[in-house]
Amino acid sequence: MRHDTETADGTGTAEVNPAVTATGAKAVDDGAEARMRAAGLRRGLTVNGVRGVLVAGWLISWELAAAHWIDPFYYSQPTRIWDRLAGWFTDGTSQGSIWEQISYTLQEAVAGFALGALGGVVLGIVLGRGRFLSDVCAPFIKAANAIPRIILASLFIIWFGLGMQSKIATAFVLVFFAVFFNAFQGAREVDRNLVDNARVLGAGRVQVLRTIVVPSATSWILASLHSAFGFAIIGAVVGEYSGADKGLGLLINHSQGTFDSAGIYAGMIIITVIALLAEWLLTLLENRLLRWRPPAASDHIAI
Amino acid sequence: MPKHVPPDGPVIELHGVTKRFRAADGGVHTAVRGVDLTVAPGEFVAVVGPTGCGKSTTLSLVSGLEPPSEGRVLVHGRPVAGIPEGVGYMFQSDAVLPWRTVLGNVATGPRYRGMSKQRARDRARDWVKRVGLEGFEGYYPHQLSGGMRKRAALAQTLVNEPTVLLMDEPFSALDVQTRGLMQDELLRLWSGSGAAVVFVTHDLEEALVLADRVVVMTAGPATIKGSFPVPLERPRDAEEIRLTPGFLEIYREVWESLREEVQITRERGAGRAA
Repeated sequence: MRHDTETADGTGTAEVNPAVTATGAKAVDDGAEARMRAAGLRRGLTVNGVRGVLVAGWLISWELAAAHWIDPFYYSQPTRIWDRLAGWFTDGTSQGSIWEQISYTLQEAVAGFALGALGGVVLGIVLGRGRFLSDVCAPFIKAANAIPRIILASLFIIWFGLGMQSKIATAFVLVFFAVFFNAFQGAREVDRNLVDNARVLGAGRVQVLRTIVVPSATSWILASLHSAFGFAIIGAVVGEYSGADKGLGLLINHSQGTFDSAGIYAGMIIITVIALLAEWLLTLLENRLLRWRPPAASDHIAI
Repeated sequence: MPKHVPPDGPVIELHGVTKRFRAADGGVHTAVRGVDLTVAPGEFVAVVGPTGCGKSTTLSLVSGLEPPSEGRVLVHGRPVAGIPEGVGYMFQSDAVLPWRTVLGNVATGPRYRGMSKQRARDRARDWVKRVGLEGFEGYYPHQLSGGMRKRAALAQTLVNEPTVLLMDEPFSALDVQTRGLMQDELLRLWSGSGAAVVFVTHDLEEALVLADRVVVMTAGPATIKGSFPVPLERPRDAEEIRLTPGFLEIYREVWESLREEVQITRERGAGRAA
């Protein structure tokens, strides 16, 4: 076949030993494949086993330490945290149903994330492609980025009140800058060759932007979205912490006010689980959008 | 293959063309100086010269990607402003879109030019077949070998049916066997297309295998040193023709001219290294 002579260097061409017949080679390959799969499975089990042991060891030592040496009033204890979590989910919290608090915080984080990501991507790409505009704006953006943005949460409460808007604004500001800088860099780093090629093939400015710049910047943007959702939750929780009538931040603030360390831990755990779920969803999205990317070297599929 | 038969005059004309760039150290770098070159319709011209002498710059001037600093560049008799009609350009490095499949990549040009999705895909499928990639339509570029990516790039360029085909060392990254194969493939696709080709290479052998005429450029800033017609019959077999006496004769003649320039470039490199 024509393509046999030009397979990718090293990755696809197998060294053919004429002494091994085709069928024999296949049998050997099948055996090797089964062995490799079994080895992979064993390794996966070992890794998860060690993880389980580590978590169990940590929890047990904490539990024992709290029972004998350290004061659980300050440092809490896994069983107490569990009781607090169970209590929140069965009897509700001091602020009402736990689901209501979660949904409140989540709505703020998602709204702030969506608006911030959209704003960051659009402005990042526009400035990344427009030399003049980016030269003009560069010092202002640097200055805006240097502001300790979390303090803006206090200002937003004065501007927008105790409701959702002030938290969405805080989340927006945190997400916007994280996404903006990546989108900006992504739009800057577009391969010149690809742009030139597209222009010769007949692309206009808008087509270059749509078919070359945006897809090239996508991997940069997606990378920033992972940390950006974390920022969105931080923005929402800190906003609630500074002043709110509902939400997980308020719950944590309330726990602090009543010296309820188990409550603070419980709030942390809920937020962590939410962030992990969001991370998982973003990874799904990333894999869907970046199907074209070569797989990582470890699980390389040779063609 | 071309939609409109070009008029009899030359397809590409460069008159006293100079191109300067701002160098990284703030000075001015002259890439090409006072170049005069004309290419007739359907002519296959290879441009050889020492590495880094400004051959690629000449192509970017013809393609309209860069404006000349001095002189005039005409394609189909019209001064170049923007990308001229009917120009195809194959770059040295891979310029296929990594996020599109082979078929998507080949359909890119027609889509840019406003063809409907369905028609663009049909046309792309035809060209994928012509460059020998049938069955690989749904593959992403990273799944292909270097030679197959070049085939995809070739189809991507040819699907627009260019009357002027500019090629910038397109096969230089390939291994020797694959390069020979691609040279044959290029000759097969070009023959009967009526397209004028300007093929830049630093490999004299490749230039002689492919071209009707070989233009030798001097060490940078590039000017045209000589133009040698290649008296070899077509159709040519890229692998076989290298062994014929006629080939060796013309090789010796052109190499005589090219050698001095290569020597100058080498000495400069040695001077810089010292």
